[in-house]
Amino acid sequence: MSVAQPLLSVEGLSKSYGGVHAVRGVSFALNAGEILALIGPNGAGKSTCFDMLNGQTTPGSGRINLLGEDTTGKKPREIWRLGVGRTFQITATFPTMTVRENVQVALVSYGRRLFNLWTSTPRYARAEAGRLLELVGMGGYAERPCGELAYGDLKRLELAIALANQPKLLLMDEPTAGMAPRERIELMRLTAQIAREQGIGVLFTEHDMDVVFEHADRILVLNRGSLIAEGSPEEVRRNPQVRAIYLGEGLVYDARHREGAPT
Amino acid sequence: MAFYFVQFLTGLASAASLFLVASGLSIIFGVTRIVNFAHGAFYMLGAYVAFTLTERFSGAIGFWGGIVAAAAIVALVGVLVEMVLLRRIYHAPELFQLLATFGLTLMVEDLVVLIWGPSDLLGRRAPGFKGAVDFFGQNIPSYDLFLIGLGPLVLGLLWLLFQRTRWGVLVRAATQDRDMVAALGVNQKWLFTSVFAVGVFLAALGGALQIPRDAVHHAMDLRIIVDVFVVVVIGGLGSIIGAFVAAVLVSELNAFGILIFPKISIILVFLVMAAVLIVRPWGLFGRQEAAARRTPGLTINPWRPLTSNERLAAVAALALAAALPLIGGNYALTVGSEIAIFVIFAASLHFLMSVGGLASFGHAAYFGLGAYGVAFLAKLAGLPMILSLLLGPLLGLAGAAVFGFFAVQLSGVYFAMLTLAFAQIVWSIAFQWVAVTGGDNGILGVWPESWAASPAHFYWLSIAVAALAVAVLRIIVFSPFGFALRATRDSPLRGEAIGIDGKRIQWTAFVIAGTVAGVAGALFAYLKGSIFPDSLGISLSVDALVMVLLGGVETVSGAILGAIVYKALSIWLVSQTDLSKLVLGGIIVLIVVAFPKGIVGMLETIRQRRPPTPPKSALLTSGIETAE
Amino acid sequence: MQRSKRLLAATLAIVFSGLAQAAQAQSEIKIGEINSYSLLPAFTEPYRKGWQLAVEEINAAGGVNGKKLVVVSKDDGGKPADAQTAANELVSSENVAMLTGTFLSNIGLAVSDFANQKKVFFLAAEPLTDAITWAKGNRYTFRLRPSNYMQAAMLVEAAAKLPAKRWATIAPNYEYGQSAVAVFKKLMSEKRPDIQWVEEQWPPQGKIDAGPVVQAVASANPEAILNVTFGADLVKLVREGNTRGLFKDRSVVSFLTGEPEYLDPLKDETPEGWIVTGYPWYSIKTPEHDAFLKAYQAKYNDYPRLGSIVGYETIKSAAAILAKANSTDPEKLIAAAEGLSVPSPFGEIVFRKIDHQSTLGAFVGRTALKDGKGVMVDSVYRKGSDYLPSDAEVAKMRPKE
Repeated sequence: MSVAQPLLSVEGLSKSYGGVHAVRGVSFALNAGEILALIGPNGAGKSTCFDMLNGQTTPGSGRINLLGEDTTGKKPREIWRLGVGRTFQITATFPTMTVRENVQVALVSYGRRLFNLWTSTPRYARAEAGRLLELVGMGGYAERPCGELAYGDLKRLELAIALANQPKLLLMDEPTAGMAPRERIELMRLTAQIAREQGIGVLFTEHDMDVVFEHADRILVLNRGSLIAEGSPEEVRRNPQVRAIYLGEGLVYDARHREGAPT
Repeated sequence: MAFYFVQFLTGLASAASLFLVASGLSIIFGVTRIVNFAHGAFYMLGAYVAFTLTERFSGAIGFWGGIVAAAAIVALVGVLVEMVLLRRIYHAPELFQLLATFGLTLMVEDLVVLIWGPSDLLGRRAPGFKGAVDFFGQNIPSYDLFLIGLGPLVLGLLWLLFQRTRWGVLVRAATQDRDMVAALGVNQKWLFTSVFAVGVFLAALGGALQIPRDAVHHAMDLRIIVDVFVVVVIGGLGSIIGAFVAAVLVSELNAFGILIFPKISIILVFLVMAAVLIVRPWGLFGRQEAAARRTPGLTINPWRPLTSNERLAAVAALALAAALPLIGGNYALTVGSEIAIFVIFAASLHFLMSVGGLASFGHAAYFGLGAYGVAFLAKLAGLPMILSLLLGPLLGLAGAAVFGFFAVQLSGVYFAMLTLAFAQIVWSIAFQWVAVTGGDNGILGVWPESWAASPAHFYWLSIAVAALAVAVLRIIVFSPFGFALRATRDSPLRGEAIGIDGKRIQWTAFVIAGTVAGVAGALFAYLKGSIFPDSLGISLSVDALVMVLLGGVETVSGAILGAIVYKALSIWLVSQTDLSKLVLGGIIVLIVVAFPKGIVGMLETIRQRRPPTPPKSALLTSGIETAE
Repeated sequence: MQRSKRLLAATLAIVFSGLAQAAQAQSEIKIGEINSYSLLPAFTEPYRKGWQLAVEEINAAGGVNGKKLVVVSKDDGGKPADAQTAANELVSSENVAMLTGTFLSNIGLAVSDFANQKKVFFLAAEPLTDAITWAKGNRYTFRLRPSNYMQAAMLVEAAAKLPAKRWATIAPNYEYGQSAVAVFKKLMSEKRPDIQWVEEQWPPQGKIDAGPVVQAVASANPEAILNVTFGADLVKLVREGNTRGLFKDRSVVSFLTGEPEYLDPLKDETPEGWIVTGYPWYSIKTPEHDAFLKAYQAKYNDYPRLGSIVGYETIKSAAAILAKANSTDPEKLIAAAEGLSVPSPFGEIVFRKIDHQSTLGAFVGRTALKDGKGVMVDSVYRKGSDYLPSDAEVAKMRPKE
């Protein structure tokens, strides 16, 4: 799996808010085509970690290296330019546009045509947008107003948007939150499939352990800002520290019969 | 020393009345998200009703009872307004309520003259607070001392009300998260009504308490409303303590500012507001506004370019409009030119508001700058008309570039207020810098050259420029830039995540809108042959807002129809009746209630009426399965 | 969009169908009148009553050269641009012989510029700015009311006799306030080189924060104060000034305050002893004024304000000009108006040829309290002709034609 240079490498990432250490000294690496899950109980620092990776938050200290470039403290749009696609915990799409236009905007931006008056967006890269929508199973919805979509479909649309810049890395914050159980599996299966086919690295946070354990190649466990475990699903499952944390919170992870138990 | 202390106290007294009114506005906004333009009207009504009551009932009880009763009566009027009017439009697009309350304000201004007569009224002095207290040779009016005590007292009472009563807890919860409170089973209707009543009561009380020191007259509302908005914004929307601190800050700055710069008081509050907002984008005590939740099911029809048939129809309509000189006289043509100019102006604001999601309350600044640009070029530099028309709007562009840079750092009401502040600063420069701008007396003699002098020629020029401006704006809307702008409006987060520099896009949009407004202003200067500071003023900015809202803020080109209807109606009404404000206000209120999506929004709904799409629930069916 | 364009045409058609009426019968002569009726009803209502009385009297006496006089009146909403729209409607659609009216200086100037451009005769009624007859004067524009300069000169004459040497000024911060203070200072300093200007306050028009202003003026301890504020600002200033003792043992000279429009709202709080210009209708004992007063009171059961006089005299003057010209040609109207002498409730007035300013004067007197109301006492009528600069100076100020 491992190649000479990892897609993403993080060293000693820390962030504190007014004396509270949200994240301290987190280091890890992610390779192309690898699916890495970041888990941990509420308040463990997952979101802060994520926000630093995608540029939403400036790290307190530490370095982030993306595709050979130091992206520490860069803006989200600069990180996007390097080939990073994003989805959000609560979907962020453009409700006043059609589904296709949602993807087209991303394509236009990717093609650096934002200030080109002679391009008509509704006509730009229709086919490419359609292809992306087909890829995520939304082909039949292309001309629908995005505002009418159901939540699960919005998640798919977000994935299509995130793929518009032909990313090498996908950052997905709770990709299946708020979805029905069947749909979660469906969406993650789809994501994993695309990632494997195109050699995209995926980093995602997730509360649903079914999803995590079924799809992640590797799992990072965060607790109180620090990385306490890292390894394959099986290793993590057996890790006593991890068990202690989850048991300590009174939520025993039972691999099969829980559906998206909040932790 | 004694003097400075007394000046300080005087400032506090001014702060007290400002605070009363501002706290009411802040409470209403905090819970209902209504930008209550009619707040000044309620303030004025409070003063008028209190005048009547205190004239009728004598003695201390009569006076103080009259003050409180007046506030209560006006609060009842407020309840009526809320139940009959505002309740119907809580789910209309943001700012539509502003349009409704603006209509109300227009009506009230004429109604008070009808009821109480045109003359300024002098209320009685407060029993027991008629004289002054001697303080080391300086006189402090005892009524000022009363007001100084009243301010903190009201603040304290409001604090108790909000912290110690169940109602207060609900209101605070609703300020944080309306939907949550609704979900918890609280009767939102009555919560909103009661909040509105409390807010109006405070406004009316503020007005009633003015009668011992002010004249009661029909322009009181406009005199206070802008200052109150400023105070609320400086303090932070929804924050009562913020309103108090801001009121004290503004009043004290004014009290001491006039000692050093006597001429500055006119813009002082706006300078303070601009400074505060640049440093603290949500006011002193405010918190970041939660992203406005889009009302579900409101925007159904995504925008699309005109089909070729529609394009033909638009050209035909333009040709028809161009035929007006065949039937219309000089007056018709001049009015036609004026309407065409306002179509340009409204379209430019519409671009900023609808496409950019940035509701500017000071858009007249760029209209006026364009007009002054033309006046300077034509009168001072003696440039020919064509050059002036082309270069004049650059002043609007420059103004928009400078002010827009700061304004787009903010959003929502704070953006609106910062644009208002900038517009007022520009206005007061034009108003006071008599040597350059001619001040209130304006710049005269900016008439078109002979090739455009005849009303028909100028009309053709105007509609040609209007058609061009509308066409260009439409092209921009459907260009990648327009999509990027809408993307930033819809979801700044997602926009940034697909490589869109939202602030840069919005800034560019601001400059485009400012320049197009400048083009309208440039034509306007030649149409009127003169330019006055009121072309930069608040009322023109509000006119533009009304045109956009009237046409329909969620349409591509609603502003065109909004401008035509509003301008034609107001010109006609002003010509027909002295009570034009009453009629116009009434019409606006009716339109608001009847067509909450604006006129064009309504037309589109009728045209596209189709069976409502049943809400797709992908929670039940997988997207892949339902996708055909 | 296509729909909107169609509606443009439709809307315009509706708007103009009401206006494009058939040409009026030859038996009528029309005057167009514009004023800020909705914005300033307190001033324009008495004004309207004044001109309505004049129209009635003129038509009762047989009209203008046998034709019935009709005044078509429009509101300008207090906006110069709207005043121009109204002027345009009057000229283009109503075919009026001349324009009259306006109250605010900027509106007066806007209509005067319009008149100049469209070659229409304009008789400005109330605007005070000096510019309208001087710096921005034009041959089509005449003005009835005594200008800022004239009123300042009348006040200076009285003020110069005061012993006070330390002066403070309070004026609204816009062109009117600024030029009133400037003219007053200039004329005053010419007569009294020994005086000092120790303080100036410039509250925003309509938005005075009177407490701090009064306190600031008091702290400079002037011996006399010049006030230019009016309307609601004046009420606030007087109330704060009274309570804080600003006017005690100080002379106050005040523009316009003696006009009933401004004095009456002050009721029992009227400060005493201010030197003011105004209109003491209750103490003018001339046959001309008696006749006017009687007619006015009989018709309206109300007393006249200064606006009533201005409205009345505007239409009387307009009718006199039309009668003399016996034509509606603007050039003939100008020729008729220049040097024309017209009777008025204040006595004979003349429209000067040199600057088109009428010599209507004003009363200068002192304020006093009588039966809980403000009045002017010791009033003397000052003829406008005595308070104008020399012809040479006027010629210098007026643009060459």
